[in-house]
Amino acid sequence: MSASAAAAGPPPPSPLARERAAYRRSRSRRSTLIALASTLVFAGLLVAAVAGSPGWPRVRETFLDPQIAWESLPAVLSGLWLNLRVLVVAEIGVLVLGLLIAVLRTLRGPVFLPVRLLATGCVDLFRGVPLLVALYLIGFGLPALRLQGVPTEAAVLGTLTLVLVYSAYVAEVFRAGIESVHPSQRAAARSLGLTHRQSLRLVVLPQAVRNVLPPLLNDFVALQKDVGLISVLGAVDAIRAAQIESARTFNFTPYVVAALLFVALAAPTGRIADAFARRATRARSGS
Amino acid sequence: MTRARTTTILLAALLAATIAGCAPQPDPAATGAGAAADCAPGALPTLAQGTLTIGTDQPVYPPWYLDDDPTSGRGFESAVAYAVADDLGYPRDRVTWVRVPFNAAIQPGPKTYDLNLTEFSITEERRRAVDFSSPYYDVRQAVVALKTSPLARSTTVAQLKGARLGAQIGTTSLEQLNASVAPTTPAAVYNTNDDGKLALSNGQTDGLVVDLPTAFQIVGSDLPEATIVGQLPAGGTLEQFGAVLDKDSPLTGCVSAAVDRLRERGTLAALEQQWIQADGAAPELR
Repeated sequence: MSASAAAAGPPPPSPLARERAAYRRSRSRRSTLIALASTLVFAGLLVAAVAGSPGWPRVRETFLDPQIAWESLPAVLSGLWLNLRVLVVAEIGVLVLGLLIAVLRTLRGPVFLPVRLLATGCVDLFRGVPLLVALYLIGFGLPALRLQGVPTEAAVLGTLTLVLVYSAYVAEVFRAGIESVHPSQRAAARSLGLTHRQSLRLVVLPQAVRNVLPPLLNDFVALQKDVGLISVLGAVDAIRAAQIESARTFNFTPYVVAALLFVALAAPTGRIADAFARRATRARSGS
Repeated sequence: MTRARTTTILLAALLAATIAGCAPQPDPAATGAGAAADCAPGALPTLAQGTLTIGTDQPVYPPWYLDDDPTSGRGFESAVAYAVADDLGYPRDRVTWVRVPFNAAIQPGPKTYDLNLTEFSITEERRRAVDFSSPYYDVRQAVVALKTSPLARSTTVAQLKGARLGAQIGTTSLEQLNASVAPTTPAAVYNTNDDGKLALSNGQTDGLVVDLPTAFQIVGSDLPEATIVGQLPAGGTLEQFGAVLDKDSPLTGCVSAAVDRLRERGTLAALEQQWIQADGAAPELR
């Protein structure tokens, strides 16, 4: 009997259920249409307002000149290559230094007070100083000391500054992650006989890092853009290359080219962050 | 439900009205743009009726402007600006100054100045975006280096090739550096010549390319431990500074005529003599 019921499959939906389903479908079709119409009307109004403005031909010429865009592309791209290299090196440095500072800040015990104070001081200092100011102070101030072995290369000094400033942010993200792990986890690890370091490495940090992956990726995107600021030290990155082209022609199209390239760089990171966030939610909800 | 829908429609209508409302009307004054004005003394179609508004960057540097004060009439461009204004029928008390950063000076929207004197080099490419007056100064580019640097003893352009050279963004110094020296190490590009000077004295760059008057200013007072290595070859075309005006400004013709008259009368040469000591003391690099 149970076998025949399984073969017949679920009973057909009742007329009432079918009616409900049809109603839902029609409502959803209707809202799709309304959304579409509303978007079209809105876009139309926007285009009409912008393109109908008296200055539009000149704005189009100044910001959206295809020929200048094409001509400036090689220079901007070669600048972007510098951005990418600095980004990779800086991001690795930021993760290492940020994690180190976070761990130092979470050390307990009176012996570690000086270390904790130092780590807290670092965070307060570098999170507080505006990046541009930090770049000037480190980028021009460090070589001014004329010490042996201090780099004078703009890209190196810029990367160093980025690492210091961003580590301060990322350390706080890591610390939030570490503190989000319930104390019982640490207690359980210790009761299993793990040392403080082992429990941190094997139990606390893996959970902490997973918890803070989305904000870490967010900081990564922010870093992607701020890498351009090292140009104040003389390095020619994508933005500076665009600026040079723009000054040559008195046309702002190269900036638009650089902006689009940066968006193309940041968009994948954003999607990865979304995917991580979804996975984390699924893992927490236990489905 | 009906109430909610009414509200929505009202909101949409409001939004549409707002968008329509902020579409600007064409400026009635701008319709006459491009038409040649008759240059009636003191009665030009300026931004502010009765006064001439002159723009320049902030900060500005000697010998173009002294003490970052364009209103003093001291410094070459300040003096030229007042001479041009006077010739157009705007005596000193009818001239106002505005500070305009580089990007704001060349943006496509309405300008905040009638004319702008900030060492703008005249090029055909730039003419697509702005108007230039007749040139008021012919420029040469020079390389500055520390006296202790081996670069300081260079006599040819070829000897500069391997050096780390810098220049300020948005200047023809940078263009000429790339065009006539073509250094093997990419040029460092600074926001201002001040940053460039700092990098030079730090040893982060071996040499800085600036226009000759600025070079004299640097070695004369800003950075006494530096020296002028020499002038870069002039290249194909002569580089000249001109006042920038809004594209198709009705004033362009009048300002150009005024600059031309000042040149003929010898006023420009006299001002050059007074404010710029570029007496050709810097050697030519071959």
